[in-house]
Amino acid sequence: MDLLQFARGPALTWAFAIFVFGMTWRLVGILLLKRRPDYSEPRNTASWTGAIKLIITRSWPHREFRKRTIFGLSVGYIFHIGLAIVVFGFAPHIMFIRSLTGLDWPNLPNAVIYISGAITIAALIIVMGRRLTNPVMRLISNFDDYFSWFVTITPVVTGMLAVAHLGARYETLLAIHILSIALLLVWFPFGKLMHSALIFISRGTTGALFERKGASI
Amino acid sequence: MNEPDTLGASLTRSGVSRRSFLKFCTAMASLMALPPSAAYAMADALNRAQRQSVIWLSFQECTGCVESLTRSFDPTLEQMIFEMISLDYQETLQAASGEAAELARKQAMKSSYGKYVLIVDGSIPTKDGGVYSTIAGISNYDMLVETAKGAAAIVAVGTCSAYGGIPHANPNPTGAVAVSDIIKDKPIMNVPGCPPIPSVIAGVLAYFVTYGKLPELDHIGRPKVFFADTIHDRCYRRPFYDQGKFAKTFDDEGARNGWCLYELGCKGPTTYNACATIKWNGGISFPIESGHGCLGCSEPNFWDKGSFYQPLPTPLADNAPVIAAATLGGIAVGTVAAVVSRKHQADISTKEEK
Ligand code: SF4
Ligand code: SF4
Repeated sequence: MDLLQFARGPALTWAFAIFVFGMTWRLVGILLLKRRPDYSEPRNTASWTGAIKLIITRSWPHREFRKRTIFGLSVGYIFHIGLAIVVFGFAPHIMFIRSLTGLDWPNLPNAVIYISGAITIAALIIVMGRRLTNPVMRLISNFDDYFSWFVTITPVVTGMLAVAHLGARYETLLAIHILSIALLLVWFPFGKLMHSALIFISRGTTGALFERKGASI
Repeated sequence: MNEPDTLGASLTRSGVSRRSFLKFCTAMASLMALPPSAAYAMADALNRAQRQSVIWLSFQECTGCVESLTRSFDPTLEQMIFEMISLDYQETLQAASGEAAELARKQAMKSSYGKYVLIVDGSIPTKDGGVYSTIAGISNYDMLVETAKGAAAIVAVGTCSAYGGIPHANPNPTGAVAVSDIIKDKPIMNVPGCPPIPSVIAGVLAYFVTYGKLPELDHIGRPKVFFADTIHDRCYRRPFYDQGKFAKTFDDEGARNGWCLYELGCKGPTTYNACATIKWNGGISFPIESGHGCLGCSEPNFWDKGSFYQPLPTPLADNAPVIAAATLGGIAVGTVAAVVSRKHQADISTKEEK
């Protein structure tokens, strides 16, 4: 068995198992938690509208803080969008997802992917630079922040190296790329990357509560 | 006949013109990316060279490699190879049979001991004492070890002798191995392919006869001159790959427009061979040009790397059962965690109430 066979075979199987197990464990564990009973008279009964509203409004900088947060927020948006384009627009990735789920959609031209990949890497480096240079950010950062950043940027870098055939043979680079995705999947449910699912749950819950209480969102 | 059996003499005898001989040398030199002057040097060296004694052993194989060589659709090439060498033993091609054939092998070994090139096609079964393939009652293993002793170099022709090939594929019932798994003390060159391109076999033989040594090899024993690039590196469909234009089926519009076959399982990006440059059948075309993806036939374990039609970046195993089991496990553990935490919450509230 060569490295690519190992990556496409047992490494991915284990990564999927750990990822799915971790995700369902954490999500089910959180969703089944007991809610504190609320005896107050609800101002609005359809609280789900508040949930959706807050998910949207909190995704945008608050007017008062706009000046201070706009930079970090923009860079954050750039790499999230860049990642989405690379993950869901690149033909080999669609083939990968299709082989697992049966879903299929048209791919973007490779040039778009390469540019998005490069921008994503640049944006990820900038956010890490900020984290390292800003004393407050440094103080509140822990291993989870650094490692989550590492497992996010590594697949993008290894993927770019693989398509450019840079640094090693293509089969080795492709294997390393797949292994880096396996690492991402394994870490995903247990670190801060879990925010990609939990952000909607926490914002939704807060929004629903606000709506019920009649607070402005 | 007293004159030494030089290649030049043998060529004259069989009526090969100097013109076609030079053409052959030029073609070989350019295939191996040697400088133009090398063609004349090669012609000169080959002309004076003794015909290289070759013993060719065929083990667990399908004869496809010999077929490839002898049906190369290029009479000059085929003729040149057989003029260049003195094929002293080859089971498929020789007239002798039975004990006479074995005698021919023994004689060739004796008369050119230390100088002959041993060509092997087919893998060597090792399970159960190697009983799964024998010749004249001798196991392939024993014959290889015995014949390799007097060889100047060994050329493993075809993926089976180079890396085990199809007989080696999972579950490998005969315990098939490659030549290099058994012979450790001789220079071995692998010329893999299922089958290898005839001009590649000719090229490496011409190189050996001209320079008296094997060409430079890559990390798995293949001559770099032919195996340095992937099929994908030299594929004429590459611009479509770069643009992200892929045929989805073998007869859709993309396929008709000659788009890249990656999505249809092409293994070109991970396969090192010369098909895209030298091509097959005298340079007419190669599999991708005929509309089918590369199978990766010149790579070790090419038979065990998933379906030929499965795209390269997809998982090899069927992960659905594992994912289903992991989901159930996650739900179970998550539920238990929630129950425990609810109980914990309830305990706290009763304590608070008190
Ligand atoms: S057809 Fe195969 S070798 Fe050619 S460009 Fe596409 S993937 Fe590469
Ligand atoms: S194109 Fe690929 S599978 Fe076909 S002969 Fe060449 S290396 Fe082998």
